[in-house]
Amino acid sequence: MTVEVLFFASLADSTGAPRDRIEIPDGADVAALWSRLVERYPALETTGFRPLVACDMEYAAWDASLDGVREVAFLPPVSGG
Amino acid sequence: MVRIQREPIDGQALIEVVRTAGDGAVALFLGTVRDRNEGRTVLRLEYSAYEDMALQELERVRADALERYEITAAAAVHRLGVLEIGEASVAVAVAAPHRAAAFDACRFMIDTLKRTVPIWKKESFEGGEVWVEGERPADD
Repeated sequence: MTVEVLFFASLADSTGAPRDRIEIPDGADVAALWSRLVERYPALETTGFRPLVACDMEYAAWDASLDGVREVAFLPPVSGG
Repeated sequence: MVRIQREPIDGQALIEVVRTAGDGAVALFLGTVRDRNEGRTVLRLEYSAYEDMALQELERVRADALERYEITAAAAVHRLGVLEIGEASVAVAVAAPHRAAAFDACRFMIDTLKRTVPIWKKESFEGGEVWVEGERPADD
């Protein structure tokens, strides 16, 4: 299956692109997707923090299944306000 | 009402959004860009967001406040883009019959939105720029 991946703030700087599309095996979880992304964008490994994850705009855990998920966003710790 | 906008924030207008004849208290919080951070002289801040989710999370904070506190109405606005020193980046307004609930709900909303709403600021200072990394959402 294919998921749309979004990167924000410093993570977008690391990848050099705000979005990508990634093919992942059925049953894959967020952690598996992240491993694929680190292969493609080695700079992600040196961000110094573990990103937050949102699946279809809801915060999700790293072991959350991606079945049925269309869009996965990786978020640095938020700093609004 | 919640909103993510690039235009300057009008705090007075936000007060008018929430106040009713039955309210004896209106609390307004403005978060503003200060000129120093961690010993550096700040030149400006640039805010960016995961906009659709930020709006959704902002609305969630507002709904939670209405559920938890004895308040009449609540509103929150966050600004995006480049902000100069002194400009308001965020505003929260709460109207209530009595002041305690207005203060408490206003505090709850700004504290919660800073932890949960996907917005980030990049700080420009003399000699460089850096993404400010915030707090992680607590497990509550």
